[in-house]
Amino acid sequence: MAASAVSSLARSAGVTARPLATRDAPWLRYTLTAVALGFLALFLVLPLVAVFAEAFRRGIGAYFAALNDPDGLHALKLTLLTAGLAVPANLVFGVAAAWCIAKFTFPGKSLLITLIDLPFAVSPVISGLIYVLLFGAQGWYGLYLNAENPWLPGLQAWLYEQDFKIIFAVPGIVLATTFVTFPFIARELIPLMQTQGNDEEYAAITLGANGWQTFWKVTLPNIKWGLFYGVILCNARAMGEFGAVSVVSGHIRGETNTLPLHVEILYNEYQFVGAFAAASILALLALVTLVLKSLVEWAHARRHAASAAS
Amino acid sequence: MSRSHRSVIPGFGLSLGLTLTYLSLIVLLPLSAAFIKTLGMSWDDFWTAVASPRVVASYRISFLASLAAASVNCVFGLIVAWVLVRYPFPGRRIVDALVDLPFALPTAVAGIALTALYAPNGWIGSLAAPYGVKIAFTEVGIFIALTFIGLPFVVRTLQPIIEELEPEFEEASASLGANRWQTLRRVIFPQLVPALLTGFAMAFARALGEYGSVVFISGNMPMRTEITPLLIITKLEQYDYAGATAIAVVMLGASFLMLLVINLLQKWSRRHHAV
Repeated sequence: MAASAVSSLARSAGVTARPLATRDAPWLRYTLTAVALGFLALFLVLPLVAVFAEAFRRGIGAYFAALNDPDGLHALKLTLLTAGLAVPANLVFGVAAAWCIAKFTFPGKSLLITLIDLPFAVSPVISGLIYVLLFGAQGWYGLYLNAENPWLPGLQAWLYEQDFKIIFAVPGIVLATTFVTFPFIARELIPLMQTQGNDEEYAAITLGANGWQTFWKVTLPNIKWGLFYGVILCNARAMGEFGAVSVVSGHIRGETNTLPLHVEILYNEYQFVGAFAAASILALLALVTLVLKSLVEWAHARRHAASAAS
Repeated sequence: MSRSHRSVIPGFGLSLGLTLTYLSLIVLLPLSAAFIKTLGMSWDDFWTAVASPRVVASYRISFLASLAAASVNCVFGLIVAWVLVRYPFPGRRIVDALVDLPFALPTAVAGIALTALYAPNGWIGSLAAPYGVKIAFTEVGIFIALTFIGLPFVVRTLQPIIEELEPEFEEASASLGANRWQTLRRVIFPQLVPALLTGFAMAFARALGEYGSVVFISGNMPMRTEITPLLIITKLEQYDYAGATAIAVVMLGASFLMLLVINLLQKWSRRHHAV
């Protein structure tokens, strides 16, 4: 899936006045608009409304009582921690990947771009499974911990002493989340930096700037909106990931439950107000994501229009 | 390699090295673990794991529900994209932003919200219940969840293509005497086909692997409403790692095939629009 498909940053916004011959008849216009809005209302708006309606079903008091739950608070903290580790890691990677792909020519470049997109093609459940295979008790990490003659015996002893677990523990959750959100920032930055070209960097280096100065003072200001856009999308997915985290977490309450997993547990225990109250927090996060994303797109479109007009 | 294309911009070694190391550690090594694990299985074990009746039933439901959802998304996605680009109406920008909701809303939240709506006592489910129609906990529920998940893929693939349509074609068609319906069908629609197919393939690929939004609404009855990703989880919970991995490898094969198809479609689409 090439980068342009989901991203709409590169898209220009704005409907211009159309010549008469390309305009549809009013009846067709109204019918299609009604069908489109009806479909979106049924499939997008109604589920969103249902989350809040169910959360407030027993009143505001019950809603806040449900939110004030130590396991829920712990789940929220773990969700923030996970996103706080996965997003910066993918940010550094995304910038490095975009730098080498957009600024240089080398063989195997299109293969590299495809490989970066790979996690998007993998089912979330499989994203979790592969880390269980690597780090689970039956996996390579488990074999290493139980090996008779391991390499680095000191490391094995230390890991044993710390009882350092990856699967059914926080490190596994962070790893699986990192895998799932891996392409978001890179795929935003690569096409952006490719269209911007290298002219400004050449100018900076000709004027005597070194590589880091060029990056911080020339490239970064140019890509900051794309970067922010990628971070928003990456963060939303990191906080909301369910399938992959579900496989590696072990669902230990107050320990390895993220907010989406907490929603699942409450729901399966028929604590519907609690489940939807926690879900409403995640829905709010999604709405904030959409608002920020739209603001970036509109700012970008305005700047695009301004630079096209001048 | 850098000798022939010597660039004055520094940082090639550092950025490529970091990219390849991180890519290998986070993506390639873990993915290869799935394939290495199945290499240790005998062919008979592998075949039993991936072709038992319950597993085949799950392929069937995953495939058919994804196909139906992606097809419905093609029809309505096309209408939504067309309306959003061509017809200005109040609140258009808000509606446009809302199309990305399935990307932004955690799948578990979507799952329980859709279940609440379509369960027999839900807002929509209670409308169908008097006629003896069940939506949640049937194949139809799976289809609805997958439609929710796939919609933005079709809309977002089509929107830029519709924006870039040259009005000259439509004007020429109209001046040559075509009515608007003929122009839409014979002039505009053929230009949208590559993007429509790309959007379809993306929505379909995403639906095949979807888990969070489906498990709540599907009812998870073996042989009837059990999707393949759920079967992987079930096997894992029974500590049948080899069985789970074998099914995962079949799914990965399907995903990579879809990735290839999508890339070819996108190449075709780009060539189509370059002319």
